[in-house]
Amino acid sequence: MINMTINNQPVQADDGLTIMEAALRNHINIPNLCYLKDIHQAGVCRICVVEVEGAKNLQAACTTHVRDGMVVNTNTEKIRRYRKVLYELMLSDHSQDCLSCLRNQTCEFQALGKLLGVESSRFEGKRSQYHIDASVAITRDMSKCILCRRCVTACGEIQETCVLAPQNRGFDTEISPAMGLPIGTVDCAFCGQCTVVCPVGALRGTTATDKVWDALGNSKLRTVVQIAPAVRVAIGEEFGFEPGARVTGKLAAALHRLGFNDIFDTNFTADLTIIEEGTELLHRVENALTGKPAVLPMITSCSPGWIKFVEHQFPEQLGHLSTCKSPHTMLGALAKSYYAESIDVNPEDMYVVSVMPCTAKKFEIAREEMRNRNCQNVDAVLTTRELAEMIKSAGIDFKTLPDEEFDNPLGMSTGAADIFGLTGGVMEAALRTVYELITGRELPFENLHVTPIVGLDQVKEAAVTITDPVPKYEFLNGVTVRVAVTSGLAGARKLMEQIEKGESPYHFIEVMGCPSGCIMGGGQPRSRDENVRAKRLAGLYTEDESKTLRKSHENPFVEELYAKYLGEAGGHLSHELLHTHYVKRGGFNELSGLSYSIDPDPEHKRKVQPREHSHGASAMPAKSTREEQASPQLLELTAENARLKGELADANETIEILKGVFNKTN
Amino acid sequence: MSVQNQSCACGETDQERAYAQIANIIDLYKNKQGSLIQVLHLSQEIYGYLPLELQEFIAKNMDIPLSEVAGVVSFYSFFSTVPRGKHTIRVCLGTACYVRGGKRVVENLQQKLGIDLGETTKDGIFTLEVARCIGSCGLAPAMMIDEKVYKQVNVNKLDSILSDYNDNEENEVINL
Repeated sequence: MINMTINNQPVQADDGLTIMEAALRNHINIPNLCYLKDIHQAGVCRICVVEVEGAKNLQAACTTHVRDGMVVNTNTEKIRRYRKVLYELMLSDHSQDCLSCLRNQTCEFQALGKLLGVESSRFEGKRSQYHIDASVAITRDMSKCILCRRCVTACGEIQETCVLAPQNRGFDTEISPAMGLPIGTVDCAFCGQCTVVCPVGALRGTTATDKVWDALGNSKLRTVVQIAPAVRVAIGEEFGFEPGARVTGKLAAALHRLGFNDIFDTNFTADLTIIEEGTELLHRVENALTGKPAVLPMITSCSPGWIKFVEHQFPEQLGHLSTCKSPHTMLGALAKSYYAESIDVNPEDMYVVSVMPCTAKKFEIAREEMRNRNCQNVDAVLTTRELAEMIKSAGIDFKTLPDEEFDNPLGMSTGAADIFGLTGGVMEAALRTVYELITGRELPFENLHVTPIVGLDQVKEAAVTITDPVPKYEFLNGVTVRVAVTSGLAGARKLMEQIEKGESPYHFIEVMGCPSGCIMGGGQPRSRDENVRAKRLAGLYTEDESKTLRKSHENPFVEELYAKYLGEAGGHLSHELLHTHYVKRGGFNELSGLSYSIDPDPEHKRKVQPREHSHGASAMPAKSTREEQASPQLLELTAENARLKGELADANETIEILKGVFNKTN
Repeated sequence: MSVQNQSCACGETDQERAYAQIANIIDLYKNKQGSLIQVLHLSQEIYGYLPLELQEFIAKNMDIPLSEVAGVVSFYSFFSTVPRGKHTIRVCLGTACYVRGGKRVVENLQQKLGIDLGETTKDGIFTLEVARCIGSCGLAPAMMIDEKVYKQVNVNKLDSILSDYNDNEENEVINL
């Protein structure tokens, strides 16, 4: 504990805190922009500067640590003027088309301007001209970038993918992949963590709302929608609920009101995934134990960002991935086969929309592998944020909606499916089923939660020893099954490096591309609640515990699906519809060369002017005029004229500089 | 430092040799923190410039993200990602040279050579750049062509300065 003074009030603060944190704990808010607690505290934007007695310059509150006896002022005339100038300078190179920006009213830069009371923009001048770099999953509009570098931190330090980095220098600085390559052509996993932290509209998920509105308005199409587990504990935040509030029933009601024909649940195919993936795992373990070729550990494949990451970074290790498609593409494939046949609809007249906490799912549906019988499995992916926008724009009062149910046959799920949305959940769901299949007994953990893998640590592990199995699985008697769980691509890289060296002790690994799993996915609402992770996590565990059926193999509709349509798990039809293969891409995308860039939507197309050179020398006459000037005399005169003009401009510049100096000294 | 141009004329073997040389350099520096600039610098001397493929090679072998390598390359004006001319003209635009007319020298050179800053003439002889103070403020406005510093340059001297290099080039062309 130290004693200090903030704004003439004596306050106490813990050692090691920054001025920003100490002030916040004493209920003083310091305006800030690039600051993102625990994630990005780099003092880049300088908006949070404060006066510290004894310090020569203003100090950034987010990076300066408190000291005993420190005297800090956060709100003086000087600071207010300083912040305004900083803001206006940033504004001077920001595309100011706020009214037509997706982040209008959710933009942190806009909110800051209001907070600082900025009423004018005094600095007019050259602006950076950028084109829009659109890919199937993420769209970059660098004319809106304020260079806060939060995305660089998210990409480089949290995910350790290092796709985005500052390129060029000074006025030309741009946050971009190497050499300005389009994001759709590099090793970006499309996890979308950058779109969550971006304070402005510079980085965002590529919107699918227009496509979905069109489909809903087309009476010829049978519209099918499905919701991922993590969406139901997060979308409420967009309508004023606490993080983690379970709004599953309201969500189903909202989708009915939006006009979808069938409201299905990705949870249903999460249950199905457990059966398929569990079968695959048992098969691989059996092969390994009986001396047949088998690739272990097997790794989950539900997270398309993780899949793209491993295809780029570890192209030789793809055999470790489960061949199961992700649950939502499974549901798409089944909707357009099993369900379409049962209601006698041509799959080509069916439009499947997935509501996902994820931007990478937008990429996943564009993969060549995610097609069956000439149809894309899923036609459009909406992020949680996009669906919230659609509900609002349709005039639906979400808060007062009654609870409604999902439709059958693809809408029913067990508790095991709910926890697919959080780190450790897929593993726990798989263990609940696999253990019971092998031994005929329930998983021996209190409340069915595999405690060692519950929580938010980067890499968690557990071991389960099989004793007394049913006769079919006698070969597993006494075997200790080792599992590991990680979320976020940094942890995934560690486990993959272990595998690459042949040192991995595990049989089964669960990887989710985003830290903490889908609950913190790249398509989720942007939250500034410190405990948002824990709250969403608790929401999903409660959803699981609220259900009578909590093991995937108990889902009656899954049983019915196998009995009526698929036959056996891992069978021929399963393989056609529910399994896939992967593509070797390479760290520089050199192995596949596939591009996921797209033209920006026509509505976003702007007149793009060629980027001006910003080097010291002023613009020269265009080349054509240079050639036109034939007469040497004329050329000479023009040159002399240009020289004199240049001299005049220089002289004027010098006068201005001197004026500035005089004004300052006076 | 000499900037060799092996970009256009180099055959497959030249390129392979250059990559092998660069691989050796990377081995020397690999485990030293903060040695990326040095490696890039030497690589540019060997290869002439730093195209994307070479940056990928360096990123992979040094285990540094490509975006970071490209970030450093694009930050420093000394590094080039496009083939460079046989001779590099660097006009100083540091404060002293700027005040003494460096800007006009740049404008005039642009006009004479028909290129913008950072570009290379069609015949591959000159690359035009500006420098931020080359430490010859007493000789302002100063300009460098490769290693040679020209003092108190003005528009009228440019033709004779450039002709030295042009003549050499023509002779070489004839010899070829």
